[in-house]
Amino acid sequence: MDTVTEHLAWMAWTWQTGAFFAVIAGLLTLLTVLALNRPEVARPGVLGITTTRGDRLFITLLGSAFIHLAWLGLVGGEVHYATALSLLYAAAVFRWV
Amino acid sequence: MDKPVNQGAWLLVLPVLLIVAFSAILPLMTVVNYSVQDTFGNNQFFWNGIGWYQELLDPSTDLGGRFFDALWRNLLFSLLILLIEVPLGVAVALSMPRHGWRVAATLVVLALPLLIPWNVVGTIWQIFAREDIGLLGWAVNRLGIPYNYTADPLSAWVTIVTMDVWHWTSLVALLCYAGLRSIPDAFYQAARIDGASRWAVFRNIQLPKMHRVLLIAVLLRFMDSFMIYTEPFVVTGGGPGNSTTFVSIDLVKLALGQFDLGKAAALSIVYNLIILAVCWVFYTVMTRMDAQRN
Repeated sequence: MDTVTEHLAWMAWTWQTGAFFAVIAGLLTLLTVLALNRPEVARPGVLGITTTRGDRLFITLLGSAFIHLAWLGLVGGEVHYATALSLLYAAAVFRWV
Repeated sequence: MDKPVNQGAWLLVLPVLLIVAFSAILPLMTVVNYSVQDTFGNNQFFWNGIGWYQELLDPSTDLGGRFFDALWRNLLFSLLILLIEVPLGVAVALSMPRHGWRVAATLVVLALPLLIPWNVVGTIWQIFAREDIGLLGWAVNRLGIPYNYTADPLSAWVTIVTMDVWHWTSLVALLCYAGLRSIPDAFYQAARIDGASRWAVFRNIQLPKMHRVLLIAVLLRFMDSFMIYTEPFVVTGGGPGNSTTFVSIDLVKLALGQFDLGKAAALSIVYNLIILAVCWVFYTVMTRMDAQRN
């Protein structure tokens, strides 16, 4: 166990970033399982492009990153509001895009 | 269109994904980890949360001011080279021969600047534009126009923009030429019978055929110029002052010059996100155009 920790020391892990990546990895795994068990039909949305679940996840994650950055730049601090906003945005993307 | 997409085939790319994990994903994760911490070396890290991001996105701080200055500079540079290289590339492609031995000769000549390593391009222009021994710098000064890229910001910008135009217009020209080659002769013959003007031929036959490759050219040139590092680093080193310090140059100064790994990591992430977003917009536009065509 110690050697694993030593080998990973250069990556400077924190539990917060670990949780962040675990959530993303979890979402990707979920989508993989869904894709294998319940194949989907790509559908057109408000952007005029056909999207699959994976596309929508990508749009959600990228958009959420910018929502957080914009919140920090324009409002400052209190990022959990930005996170709440991102969840609303995610729901909108999965519903309409 | 109603057929479900079978995503199972994606499992076949798993080996590639493993390699990419080691070459790209793990380093990127490390950058994310660094961006929320501070370090003084020796693998000792101190939690800083969103501190660096807050500083980076606030133009009144030293870090934020630097970042936004470099970002605007970089966007201006990208805009300038797109405004010059795209029309120039189209013009070059339109005037290229369509038949005979001259086709091969022109292609070789056009491909030459693309084959030169970037630091060599920088060195060539660094010498070429010097006012004491460089042919360009010496000649311009002899014409009575003051030009010195090591002291005057305008000269430095002119040098770097000209160098990029010299280096990359060929790419736009070659892409457009490929688009032009896909137009059958019958189209031109029909246009001639109809008595179409040169402009009408360009507007209604050539431009629609080049549309897609032009979009790719704009995407490639934007990305490349937005991430430019080597050439300005070799020619001006970001100077005089900070006048040609683009985001990537500032990033290296921050990470390797000052060893501010936390700040540099936060900047890297934001820089990366901007590039990813622009890529996605271009990809979406292209997909939409394809969908409309079908």
